[in-house]
Amino acid sequence: MRWGKVWTVARIDLHRLFISKDYWVPMVILGGIFFVFIPWVLLGVVTRPQSINIVQQIGEVLTSLPGAAGDVVQGETAQGRAAYSMAVFLLAPVAIVVPLTISSAVGAQAIVGERERGIGEFLAHSPLTIKEIYAGKLIASALPGYAATLGGFTVYAFIVNFRAGPVVGGWFFPTAGWWLLIFWVVPPFLLVALAIIVRLSARVQSTAAAQQAASLISLPIIMASYVASSGFVLNPTLAAAIVGSIAWVLAIWGIASGARAINRERLLGVGSGN
Amino acid sequence: MTTGIQLDGVSRKFGQIRAVDDLTIDVPQGSVAVLLGPNGAGKTTTVRLITGSLRPDAGSIRVFGLDPIADGQAVRQRCGVVPPKPALYDRLTGRNNLEYAAMIWDAPPEAIDEAAARFAIDDALHLKVAGYSTGMRTRLALARAVLHDPDILLLDEPTAGLDPESARAVLDLIRELAGSGRTVIMATHLLHEAEGIADQVILMGAGSARAAGHPLELAARYMKDPVVIIDAENRDSLKTLESRDGVLGTSWNGALHMTIESIEILPELVAGLVNDGVRLTRIEPMAATLEHLYFEMQRQLTEAAPPPEVAQQLPRNPKGSRTPPGPQ
Repeated sequence: MRWGKVWTVARIDLHRLFISKDYWVPMVILGGIFFVFIPWVLLGVVTRPQSINIVQQIGEVLTSLPGAAGDVVQGETAQGRAAYSMAVFLLAPVAIVVPLTISSAVGAQAIVGERERGIGEFLAHSPLTIKEIYAGKLIASALPGYAATLGGFTVYAFIVNFRAGPVVGGWFFPTAGWWLLIFWVVPPFLLVALAIIVRLSARVQSTAAAQQAASLISLPIIMASYVASSGFVLNPTLAAAIVGSIAWVLAIWGIASGARAINRERLLGVGSGN
Repeated sequence: MTTGIQLDGVSRKFGQIRAVDDLTIDVPQGSVAVLLGPNGAGKTTTVRLITGSLRPDAGSIRVFGLDPIADGQAVRQRCGVVPPKPALYDRLTGRNNLEYAAMIWDAPPEAIDEAAARFAIDDALHLKVAGYSTGMRTRLALARAVLHDPDILLLDEPTAGLDPESARAVLDLIRELAGSGRTVIMATHLLHEAEGIADQVILMGAGSARAAGHPLELAARYMKDPVVIIDAENRDSLKTLESRDGVLGTSWNGALHMTIESIEILPELVAGLVNDGVRLTRIEPMAATLEHLYFEMQRQLTEAAPPPEVAQQLPRNPKGSRTPPGPQ
């Protein structure tokens, strides 16, 4: 595999995306809603002195958790513990939702979109290998979502510390679990989804069908991330490490099998299944 | 000449449709071959088979001795392709399109401006391709195809959608490229495009080569009887021509088109008309154009074609493909 060529394929797609306002404006809005607006509002509500009922309800949930889980939650006061658990646990799946939503939109078009625009013919006649084209498409699909997540994560960290820090007892975010989540768990989750979505993109007849299929793929992965995030409450670091490891194995398998499912005939739109 | 591109008994089906059926062609290195045929004749599929983008169901393909499936990367590195739709990135500028192609084909950066200037698209390189006219898009696609100085040019309907002026300019450029020693295969259904360019015309129909050869050779094969255009002040006086010796037939198409056994009998025919008092206004031996040739070939091949069950029993030539019926 010639990585220079892979990067060229990825660059072409990234270039096209980032000169298209109709792509990156919704992306920024989506990231803004999940990483800025929702945390700002929710943490603001929890840390208000008047929010006694909400704090009590969250406190009851926390006390019902097994002993080890309860120990993880920081904060001297009920309000601090409620803000901590909301920032660290409840909003964790957001880190999966944002990149998946952004990247699946790109990934769904990776092959079928090229075919519809007639670009598939250009790539099919090029000296690029199918693996290089596939890897380039995968990178171009994954990078925008992951970059949005990293940017959102940075902003989110500031918001959490700014909003919840005073009641928790100082700056506490990112926690070890969140570092693992962002750099160990999110990338393989994203790659698993994209490996399937790009593969589907080569097999379906139209971009619309690819978008539908992408939604179907994203949904269970988002649900899985929610389930996994509950494990983070019990032992965030260990849970993130285990979930991440499993996701990496699946991602490597998914990418390898996805590459085999694409060929030049599918780029031209004449392969079997088209 | 060295063999450049060879297809031997190549077939390719899409579902129940035989896009290419037992196709055998031989394009020597440095020559220009024109794949001529109606829509659906298998021209585009042939181009795709040559680059290895499509895998043949049967038969063998060699491009400068390489197998496009096994050595696809090497074959495609030597090819410059202009597809029927130019396949450009619309949201990027013309320069971006050429830059990325240069990166993919390892062309030097200076080749971008050279190719753009060659196809007179250099002034528009800073503009987004979405705003290009059809002619500009074709010229950009041609510039992209020659960036890496390919040995083989595969041009699939390169003048589709162009106005006559742009089409002529594109054909002149193709002529120039062909003159520089490249092997060119051009697929078209426009007969006049092949004229003056083709070293070899390959008439395609239903996925196979119905006939192939130099236009003059094909003319000699399929248009043996000369045609003379003749006109007179009193056209009724020309009616007697039909009954004269050596005249095989006549038809009216603006003037009288007279098919004769040999051009050598023309002076005698003219003298006879003059003696009869016919005042001739035009005598012109008709040059066989590809258009005439194409339709004559189609007519003869259709008349001579055996029914499908007979075709299955045709003897195979030494290369294994069935010899097409018709005059040889």
